[in-house]
Amino acid sequence: MSDVIVVGAGVVGAACAYYAARAGLDVTVVDRGPVAGGTTGAGEGNVLVSDKEPGPELDLALLSNGLWRELAETRGGFEFEPKGGLVVAETGEIQAQLTGLAGKQGVEHRIVAPTALRELEPHLADGLAGGVFYPQDAQVQPMLAAARLLRHGADSYGHGTVRLRLGVTVTGFIRSGDRVTGVRTDKGDLLGGAVVNAAGTWGGEIAALAGAALPVLPRRGFILVTEPLAEPLIRHKVYTAAYVTNVASDSAALETSAVVEGTQAGTVLIGASRERVGFDRTTSVPVLARLAEQAVALFPALRGVRVIRSYCGFRPYCPDHLPVIGADPRAPGLYHACGHEGAGIGLAPATEHLLAQLLTGREPDLDLHPFRPDRFPEEPR
Amino acid sequence: MTFQITIDGRPVPVTPGQTIGAALHAAGVRSWRTTRFGGRPRGLFCGIGVCFDCLVTVNGRPPERACLLEARPGDEVTTS
Amino acid sequence: MTYDLMTYDLVVIGGGAAGVAGALSAAQRGLRVALIDSGARLGGQYFRHPAVPPHPATSGLDRFVRQTRALSERAELLLGHQVWSVSREPGGDLTVHCVTTPGDGSGERPVEVRGRRLLLATGAHDRPLPFPGWDLPGVLTAGGAQALLKGNGVVAGQRVVVAGTGPFLLPVAAGLAAAGARVLGVHEANGGLGLARHPVLALAKAGEAASYALSLARHRVPYRPRTAVLAAHGGDRLEAVTVARLDRDWNVLSTRRVACDTLATGYGFTPQTDLGVQLGCDTRRDADGSPVLAVDDRQRTGVPGVWAAGEPTGVGGWRLAELEGRLAGLAAADDAGLAAAGESAAREAGAALPEVLVRRRDRMRAFARALLEAYPVKDGWQGWLRDDTLVCRCEEVPLSRLREAQDLGATDARSIKLLARPGMGWCQGRICGYPVACLAGEEPAPPRRPVVQPITLAALAEDLSAEPPTGGPS
Repeated sequence: MSDVIVVGAGVVGAACAYYAARAGLDVTVVDRGPVAGGTTGAGEGNVLVSDKEPGPELDLALLSNGLWRELAETRGGFEFEPKGGLVVAETGEIQAQLTGLAGKQGVEHRIVAPTALRELEPHLADGLAGGVFYPQDAQVQPMLAAARLLRHGADSYGHGTVRLRLGVTVTGFIRSGDRVTGVRTDKGDLLGGAVVNAAGTWGGEIAALAGAALPVLPRRGFILVTEPLAEPLIRHKVYTAAYVTNVASDSAALETSAVVEGTQAGTVLIGASRERVGFDRTTSVPVLARLAEQAVALFPALRGVRVIRSYCGFRPYCPDHLPVIGADPRAPGLYHACGHEGAGIGLAPATEHLLAQLLTGREPDLDLHPFRPDRFPEEPR
Repeated sequence: MTFQITIDGRPVPVTPGQTIGAALHAAGVRSWRTTRFGGRPRGLFCGIGVCFDCLVTVNGRPPERACLLEARPGDEVTTS
Repeated sequence: MTYDLMTYDLVVIGGGAAGVAGALSAAQRGLRVALIDSGARLGGQYFRHPAVPPHPATSGLDRFVRQTRALSERAELLLGHQVWSVSREPGGDLTVHCVTTPGDGSGERPVEVRGRRLLLATGAHDRPLPFPGWDLPGVLTAGGAQALLKGNGVVAGQRVVVAGTGPFLLPVAAGLAAAGARVLGVHEANGGLGLARHPVLALAKAGEAASYALSLARHRVPYRPRTAVLAAHGGDRLEAVTVARLDRDWNVLSTRRVACDTLATGYGFTPQTDLGVQLGCDTRRDADGSPVLAVDDRQRTGVPGVWAAGEPTGVGGWRLAELEGRLAGLAAADDAGLAAAGESAAREAGAALPEVLVRRRDRMRAFARALLEAYPVKDGWQGWLRDDTLVCRCEEVPLSRLREAQDLGATDARSIKLLARPGMGWCQGRICGYPVACLAGEEPAPPRRPVVQPITLAALAEDLSAEPPTGGPS
């Protein structure tokens, strides 16, 4: 019997275990696969504030940004890199929009004139109209981040505080009257004071086991990985303005925008594509080609650099692009922390810091109302 | 019927049709790059284009697999 | 760019024994065939030969060269083309995405070849095991030493040790000895020429094994069963190896040091199945646990229009590969004929294949399986590793980091890769995939490689099909 059962050992579940343990709760984390086996293992490790419109998600991102920095200083072991993000504009009109957005966000930033772009990124293409630099944007190695948070949670707050049950599939919920008091699994029942659904893209399926509808859908993305470079070619996370509009788009059709960054392993990661095609892992050559085309348009020096692999993942997408965080009134005892779309790595610490406050009966530092699980209209069937 | 290539300026004889890797190996050169973390020397290993250990810089181009790349007269191999 | 607007009846990937036989059989039956190979010459691994004679003393090579001549008159040969992906077109055709680098200095460019049918004849590569010092220059795979000799006329070293398991060690040692190397020993980790003990093997292989044994004896090369190379030593190149006597499970009984300049090592082969896996072909476990493409008795994979022959369907050597290639080529030709006649039901069943070929293939398949069973990889090798032994050569991941990842919650090979990076480098796990799977306590998974060969971003960007399937960015 644990105080909290967390379903999902991705970065959100790991952060949940860490912050719940810190708040004095005993936690059991269950996952049908290994640590970071789902969307966490297919991400770039974005910790971004630059790509968010003003509003509740940006507030969450800012809180999370500070928490990642704190975790990196006090815990570490997950390649935290406060590299900063540079958003570039292809035209003067786009640059005006970027500048306008930056003014509204209230996030630390610097407007970059076209002539100053190469001071930040020496290999950027000619003819760009400028950009905005966000020093708070950062990157972590997401799989290590999840694994380390679980380990830190287990090691720091008392022996046995965080238990990990991997290769265990949740098959249903245990109810006492209305109340959720545990989960049924293929390896036996697990009882808990509360259950947190941190199943990411599969969060809707877990919620459905409790009879609660949660419209989390997969939004597929491909990433290209280059050969390791002897000298770093790209210093920051660099992306085009189209990325911001694509993130916020509701289209099911393919959308791509150039997102390019170097990693500590020496490789360059190239994204980003978005399409709603279910859980289809078939590689799309046209998408890969488009990612390559956009990357070399932004950084012509990449032309001769080789792609050595690619991978795809499924972002947990909600119709309003906001994550689901908080208690589910339809199933008392069940809490959700999923549906972060492409921002789960960045938003994980704040999500779980706030949820831990909720679980221990304190007032959350941020208003969780915009993220409430029952905000979606019931779909007619 | 042989021709020459060079490694860091030193001549290496080549029989037509030989790969850069084979020519270097035959000349007693067993490594032509070092790894990026441990600085370990590397040369031929799988010999058939699978392992990428034998990556080589020829005429200043991006690294290629020495075991697949046929040598051409005058090719200049550099190791650093 | 597209090679031309032609849609071939059959595209063959791989120009070794299986691919050439398959392409030729189909072309002789009137199919329009393209054959793609990454090498400068046809031959694959077994029939590798230099650009200029003298050719190596490879059994069957003369016949193979005649086949390639016949093929060059009847089919399109795309040499020096590396396939990085195969995709299915909406109409059902298959597009093979390649890159090639012309000699004019214009750099790598993409080439697409389209076919109604595809034959995967992509061969296999050596399966080395890690041990301390295995990344020292001078340590080669057995196939690497063989490729130097057959393809380049280069003898891998002067004082050579051959070690590993399997019958392939014999021709490698015999070839090196005949070419003038001093072969200090053949170290077979299993029970040795054990062929005679196996009823199937005793009949079929005794002759060939005996001829190698004779050749080794002539050059005074000791053949030592139940021994292995445990470690390689040297500064920046190989200077010596530690040789051990082993028990049945490959645990070490005693060791000695042998001075040498070259080690040729291999513990069997890994079939190259990645293109088939990419296309969604079913796999099965071969006798040694390797994932191989599952084919029916007509060499058909479960994916419509896709055949496979040779090592990707199970390691079995060039003779079996050639037979499978011929059968696949004939089956593809039948399929084309029936398609043209609109006989879709007959097409599903397939016309009868020559009984004599089918029976020989099945016999050789059984033999290949028995051979794999006679030369297993035993777990004892894991005890040869030290904490600092590199398991992944590309990303330089030592055993200790793998163990650390497991301690952090990596319960399978894939999550070990995500946490500790083995298999994330240049070779994409082709070399370390097998040992990492063993160390994770599982059988190797079918390789998932969406980008099978490296491709420059410029070439990828120029891929003609770089049109979005639906919509576009707003």
